[in-house]
Amino acid sequence: MMRRIFAVLSVAFFGLIFSSLAINYTERQSLRPLAASYVKLVPQDLGAPNVITGILLTYRAFDTLGEVAVLFMAAAAVGLLLGKSGQGRRHSPSKISDRAKSSSEIVQSGAQILVPLIGIFAAYIIMNGHRSAGGGFQGGAVIASSVLLLVLASARYQIDLEFFSVTESAAGVFFVLTGIAGLIFAGGFLDSRVLPLGQFGAFISAGAIPFLSVLLGIKVGCELSVIIDRFRA
Amino acid sequence: MTSNVVLTTGLALILIGMWGLLTHRNILRIIIAFSLMGTGTHIMTVAIGYVTNGTAPIIDRALNLSEAPVRAVDPIPSALVVTAIVIGLAVTAVMLAYAIRLYQSKKTLSIDAFTESKW
Repeated sequence: MMRRIFAVLSVAFFGLIFSSLAINYTERQSLRPLAASYVKLVPQDLGAPNVITGILLTYRAFDTLGEVAVLFMAAAAVGLLLGKSGQGRRHSPSKISDRAKSSSEIVQSGAQILVPLIGIFAAYIIMNGHRSAGGGFQGGAVIASSVLLLVLASARYQIDLEFFSVTESAAGVFFVLTGIAGLIFAGGFLDSRVLPLGQFGAFISAGAIPFLSVLLGIKVGCELSVIIDRFRA
Repeated sequence: MTSNVVLTTGLALILIGMWGLLTHRNILRIIIAFSLMGTGTHIMTVAIGYVTNGTAPIIDRALNLSEAPVRAVDPIPSALVVTAIVIGLAVTAVMLAYAIRLYQSKKTLSIDAFTESKW
C-alpha cells in the first residue's frame, strides 16, 4: 500500500513538471543558429544533400564512433551473460535441431523469398544515406532483421560467429583509418573531404560519407546479428 | 501546433513508462516500461526540433539550397535520435539477457525474489 502511494505521488509530481513543460512550450518559428549553419554548411562544404547524415558522419562522427563502441560493449555484455548456456550447442549443432521445433512451411518459404529482398533493401538504404533518408545505422538494423528472419525460419541455421566478428572488426579498423586519413589529408579526425566531393547529389559523391556509411552499416548489422544469435535457446 | 501534440504524447509515454516501472513486479514488464520511457524521450526530442511548416532537412527538388535554412527542421535532434534508437535496442538486449540469467538462478521473474542487494 505504501509503495502504491509513493508511486502515485512520484508520477503525479513528474506529471506536474511535464505538464508545465508542455503548456509553456512554443513551437519554434526559425532554426537555432547552430542548426541553421549546419543546414547551410553540410550541402556546401561536404556536398551531401542529407544534412543529418552529414552531421552524423562528419561533424559528429567521433560521437558516432563512440556510439558504435557502446553497441559493441552491449554485444559483448550479452555474450558474457548468455555465452555459457550457448557453449554446449556450438560443439553439437545437431542437438539444437532436435530440441527446437522448426517453423512452418509458410515461414520457411517466406524467409527464402524475403531475405534476398531485405538484403537489397538494406544495401539501398545504406548507399543512399548521403542523398536521401537512410544511412548506416538504419541499414544495419535492416540487415539484422533479415538475420532474425533466418533464425526464426529454421532452427538448423547457424550464423558463423567467427565471420561476423572478423567482418565487424575489419569495418571498425577501416572506419578509424578513414578518420586518421582525414587527420592527415583534410581538416581533422574523420573529416569526409579526404575523397573528392564529386557532383552534388550523385550516387558517388560527398567525399568519404558513402564509404563511412557502408562501414557503419556493416558494423551495426554484424553487432545486432550477433546479439540476436545470443538469444537463441 | 503539431509539435505540441507530439511533445505531449512523448511526455505522456514517459509518465506511463514511469508508472509501469514503479508498480509492476515482473522483470519483463519492467523492461517494457523502460522501453516505453525511452520511446517517449525519442518522440519528445524529435518534437523539440520541429520548426513551423518545416520539412525534412534533405536538399532535393522539393527543397532547394537557398530556402533550406528557412524551411528545414532542426537536424540535430534527428541525428541524436537516430543513434539513440540503436543504443536503446542494445540496452534492451542487455536487460533481457540479465532477465534470462536472473530467471535461471531463481526460476522466477518476480523482482520480489531477488532480495540479496536490497537495503
